[in-house]
Amino acid sequence: MHIAAPQRPCEPTAPAIEVEALTKAYKRLVAVDHVSFSVARGSVTGLLGGNGAGKTTTIGMIMGLILPTSGKVNVLGVDMLAERHRVLARMNFESPYVDMPHRLTVRQNLEVFGRLYGIGDLEIRISVLAKDLALEDLLDRPSGQLSAGQKTRVALAKALINEPEVLLLDEPTASLDPDTADWVRTHIETYRRGSGATILLASHNMREVERLCDRVIMLKEGRVAGDASPGELLARFGRDSLEEVFLDLARGRRRAP
Amino acid sequence: MNRTPAEGLSLRRVGAMLRRYLYLLRSSPPRILDLIYWPLVQMLTWGFLQTYLAKASAAAPIAGRLGLAAGTLIGAMLLWDILFRGQLGFSVSFLEEMWSRNIANLMMSPLRVGEFILALTAMSIIRLSIGFLPVTFLAILFFGFNLWGLGLAVGFFFANLILTSWAIGLLCSGVVLRYGLAAESLVWTVMFLMQPLACVFYPVGVLPKPLQAFAWMLPPTYVFEGLRGLLIHHAFRADLMGEAFVLNVLLFSVAVIGFRRMLLDARRAGSLLQTGE
Repeated sequence: MHIAAPQRPCEPTAPAIEVEALTKAYKRLVAVDHVSFSVARGSVTGLLGGNGAGKTTTIGMIMGLILPTSGKVNVLGVDMLAERHRVLARMNFESPYVDMPHRLTVRQNLEVFGRLYGIGDLEIRISVLAKDLALEDLLDRPSGQLSAGQKTRVALAKALINEPEVLLLDEPTASLDPDTADWVRTHIETYRRGSGATILLASHNMREVERLCDRVIMLKEGRVAGDASPGELLARFGRDSLEEVFLDLARGRRRAP
Repeated sequence: MNRTPAEGLSLRRVGAMLRRYLYLLRSSPPRILDLIYWPLVQMLTWGFLQTYLAKASAAAPIAGRLGLAAGTLIGAMLLWDILFRGQLGFSVSFLEEMWSRNIANLMMSPLRVGEFILALTAMSIIRLSIGFLPVTFLAILFFGFNLWGLGLAVGFFFANLILTSWAIGLLCSGVVLRYGLAAESLVWTVMFLMQPLACVFYPVGVLPKPLQAFAWMLPPTYVFEGLRGLLIHHAFRADLMGEAFVLNVLLFSVAVIGFRRMLLDARRAGSLLQTGE
């Protein structure tokens, strides 16, 4: 049974994500300080910054899991502070800070989340994801018995269960070996190409950002320190890699002209 | 892709959460054993105590008799278990999300707070039934006390006690959500704070006068007084059940508001992404 309230259409032409003067202060610490940006539909944007730069807090506020002290967040044209439930079925996320029930098997976990997201053809969807993410042999194993790399693939399967239009990834390859990390990146690229989804990716892995992102927003101490395509940032800073740009910004060696 | 809209109350999402808890229960025999073990131990302890007191009282001169009607202690214990296990059934299901660091996944999904609460209440009944039902039948077998023989009154007792247990469970869950697993011990102990004032095993009149006023603020007090009235005087006190229900509606409303408030505070504090101690 489903008792549905009347649906208001989301703004079809609005950017996928719009953030305006977003600020989060915890007592004396300002974690995010008047951050503004918008993310075009179908793009992959990297939120780049060191530890404590405000990446996770920004993503948390975009998801509505963290309430901003001030500012606005819109996702697919919907105000996340007032009406986030209108778009939650069209979004998803993956984060190293959350996990899935350990005693449930991978299949059971995906089934529960599939039902929460209202997926009609759930068995087929789980089969497709299992095939795409090489989970077929893991489906009937308890999630708690998986290796870090396997868990990441399961978390990615959960994040893709509803084929989200907006996918938020918080350090999706943190603590993975290079081979698994590369495998995950390839899958993110494939998903984006196939679905046209918008992806916002927080990372402090420069190679990952260079490879996946059309655009990079660099955060430093909760503020936007740079916002351009990887190529533009390299040109602007006169560097060969984003890692060097990152170090310049982090250590205050140079400023973007 | 076939995707149902996220707005409104969805029994499908409630069902998804129930499925999640039932999968968990099924995967863990110790969890099931735990549901039966303590109610059984409690029933046996209080049953034997009741038997001993009844025998000792019968042997005493008339003036010194305790006047224990058959089943007052064991009946009170069984009803206490509804209250205690109902709250645990609610709160432990919630704690499972905190232990597995799954709460952010749920809060980010289309699951609504009301649906989450509904699933927790349903799980509370399921978990309670697994432990409670067999023990009531064993009470007949061991001590000849038939709770079900009290008829419709059992339904009123149950409804009031389970409502209180959900309200307390919801408040505890809110505190854990807000302050993390450091506040977990509240879940296991809070009901024992209520036990002396709710006059589970003795009449309200036993309490000092000032405490009696507090006792009558607690819905379970009315239920346990009602039980004793039924067993000792063979009279069902509908007035007591009505008063308990009014208090329960108030308490549950406060709990829902409190839970929502603490969820808001957790979002404000940024603790949903950092569940743990």
